[in-house]
Amino acid sequence: MATLSPTTAELLRKSGVIPGAEYLLEVEHVRKAFPGVLALDDVEFRLKRGHVHALMGENGAGKSTLMKIIAGIYTPDSGSFKLKGQEIKLGSPLDALRYGIAMIHQELNLMAFMTVAENIWLGREPRNALGIINHREMRRRTQTLLDRLEIEIDPEIEVRDLSVASRQMVEIAKAVSYDSDILIMDEPTSAITEKEVAHLFRIIRALKSEGKGIVYITHKMNELFEIADEVSVFRDGRFVGEHPAHSVTRDDIIKLMVGREVTQMFPKQTVPIGDVILSVNKLSLEGRFHDVSFDLRRGEILGLAGLVGSGRSNVAETIFGVTPATSGQIFVDGREVAVRNPGAAMDLGMGFLTEDRKESGCFLLLDITANMQAAILRNGYATMGVVREREIERLCQQQKASLRVRTPDLEEPVINLSGGNQQKVLIARWLLTQPRILILDEPTRGIDVGAKAEIHRLISELAGQGVAVLMISSELPEVLGMSDRVMVMHEGRLTGILDRKDATQVSVMELAAS
Amino acid sequence: MSSQSLPVSEAVARARRRLPPEISILGVMIGMMLLFEALGWIFVGQSFIANPLRLKIMILQESEIGIIAVGVTQVIIMGGIDLSSGSLVGMTAMVAASLAQVAGYSHAVYPGLTGLNPIFPVVAGLVCGSLAGLVNGSLIALTKIPPFIATLGMMVSARGVADWYTDGQPIGNLSDEYAAIGSGWWPVIIFLSMAVLFHLALRYTRYGKFTYAIGANPLAARVSGINVERHIMLVYTIAGLMSGLCGVVHTARAISGQAGVGVGFELDAIAAAVIGGASLSGGVGRLTGTIIGAVILGILTSGFTFLNVDAHYQEIIKGGVIVAAVIADQYRQRKRRTI
Repeated sequence: MATLSPTTAELLRKSGVIPGAEYLLEVEHVRKAFPGVLALDDVEFRLKRGHVHALMGENGAGKSTLMKIIAGIYTPDSGSFKLKGQEIKLGSPLDALRYGIAMIHQELNLMAFMTVAENIWLGREPRNALGIINHREMRRRTQTLLDRLEIEIDPEIEVRDLSVASRQMVEIAKAVSYDSDILIMDEPTSAITEKEVAHLFRIIRALKSEGKGIVYITHKMNELFEIADEVSVFRDGRFVGEHPAHSVTRDDIIKLMVGREVTQMFPKQTVPIGDVILSVNKLSLEGRFHDVSFDLRRGEILGLAGLVGSGRSNVAETIFGVTPATSGQIFVDGREVAVRNPGAAMDLGMGFLTEDRKESGCFLLLDITANMQAAILRNGYATMGVVREREIERLCQQQKASLRVRTPDLEEPVINLSGGNQQKVLIARWLLTQPRILILDEPTRGIDVGAKAEIHRLISELAGQGVAVLMISSELPEVLGMSDRVMVMHEGRLTGILDRKDATQVSVMELAAS
Repeated sequence: MSSQSLPVSEAVARARRRLPPEISILGVMIGMMLLFEALGWIFVGQSFIANPLRLKIMILQESEIGIIAVGVTQVIIMGGIDLSSGSLVGMTAMVAASLAQVAGYSHAVYPGLTGLNPIFPVVAGLVCGSLAGLVNGSLIALTKIPPFIATLGMMVSARGVADWYTDGQPIGNLSDEYAAIGSGWWPVIIFLSMAVLFHLALRYTRYGKFTYAIGANPLAARVSGINVERHIMLVYTIAGLMSGLCGVVHTARAISGQAGVGVGFELDAIAAAVIGGASLSGGVGRLTGTIIGAVILGILTSGFTFLNVDAHYQEIIKGGVIVAAVIADQYRQRKRRTI
């Protein structure tokens, strides 16, 4: 069968000649690998005309990757794509738009210093014969579009003056303005209030009645049952199954999402749990998280689970003084402390492995020694300001050996190391400070299985030596396998703390998705 | 891992990395000297290198740029930029000169403060430069405005101060004791001792390690407990201090203070640092490279003058050389990173 080109597809669509296939989009055998990860492994997906199809799965299950492929942002390694029964070949976001596929992204993509109208019609501005943009026509079209969607925003206002929720509505209007047959929404409600969610659902129902197909990625169960016709579940880059939304229950979906075996990757040792060392009382950071309270004991590994955006990392950053709290108290060894900056946290015996290795962890261009020594130089290891290099070199060699950092020498710039080895270098940075409280944010993200197991063993050993560990992770098996207790957050609030024996994938997921 | 098990290409790449990164730029410098030597014999019938007077003038001129480049290089390594150094030379030159006039000179800027011990004008120039640097650093660290903007503001304002100071009048009649600072090889000695001092500081002290760390990743530096704000203020203050030192040396050498001195010095200093391998994205650079960079700029200027090349052409070619140096360096960096 001949492949339908984007240009032909666009012409057909505009002239109203639409073949009457039942499925708007059929996707099969899609495979996509990123360096070190198989993001999608032989997945399939079908979207019916006039239906809302929800995609569910844990972080990293492959939902967003698949949708970005369909929207032309990523190129698949292999797979077949059919639009209304005809074979298509996706190449770029522009091609996808011509095929009638528009996507509303999780992260907002608007230009802050341009008006709402300019943003919506960017690159498609109505122009006169001389190529001059007709602003009046653009404004009129914007007004018509916003009126149709009942969105009350001035087309002439600059986007930077809009609230995050209003920006989200502009994104939605922009996607609708392409008059696409297929609209992909990646967690569209993550930044908007209930009133706007209701508004969005009205828009979705209207689009449905026009025969459009909507793909709806979400983590929120209640939305799923309110708006979706079908639900497809993804897990670890694989398609688990498709079900009519009315025939499944919440528990069914959770089981489908997490239904893998917890492997023996987690050599958790049983160690005596000591006294409370860190205590947090009603800690809040305006706009991020509220009234978080918990205790952390010596030798304990406290897991912190929750979806991305639930405020997990913000809690860690606040405890470590990266973003000081707006209210609440922190106690170390029973004494209330003020943690105004990371230095103050380190003086209290804390260490913090950040979530994003490249952004806030590594000095990529500098060598391993420079990376390892960064946190110990501030007090010590220098005489009159002159660094005692030999002593530091010896310490770094020890860390390199005990963590098995695979590198020929310590002069290697860390940019040349693998993700797992970079992570070990950063762990070494904190081990050198001999912390009593260690906060680990996604300690094994993006690293291979072997290095993962090594890091897990190390965390266990540290707890065995009496270090109190707060471990944030998006990977449920990791949280469940490593933690003595599991704390769960949802939308900036602590929704529960489970003991190891009560923590299961289902119980944690329930608290995380609420 | 034993070295025998390494693939040959990797072993070669690693051996290459072991060489000081200045080797290639040193080669360029020598090549340029030889080129001018050859062109000299061809077009003007004399030697470029075997002319001690020309070399001395060249070295003295570049020493002034070199002194501020010592400060500017550190700012660049830390991921910043300093556009104000040239104007600060002008401002500190005026302040220092006004306190260095001969005893009893009736038209002195401060008739009551003539014939002072040279220590006073020197300290005044250095303090003045440091304070301006501290203002730069505080603006950048505390208000988080881009270094380009903060130091651009200082560049304009400091030049204004220099003009305002004596209504644009030059300050002459400086004392012999003061002028001695700029005589003979002193400017070169001052430049090299500053370069060595800060080279050692960058290489062996906590100050240096923090400078590189902040340049490589300010966020990671902050999370590692480094007081990033304080360090930024310190490094810009040192850059201001170097500008003040340059102002002092220049007035002593010229035996007068003029509001217009140092125009364009900031760009020559940045060029010297960048030719010497410093990366404007921060985290990379060495003062040894900057010294060679300054010498290369000097060779270009005196070489073209020696060949009687029109001044306009000199500028055009100089601009090209600066850009070529950066392109070559980027290429080298990319190669190194893909090991």
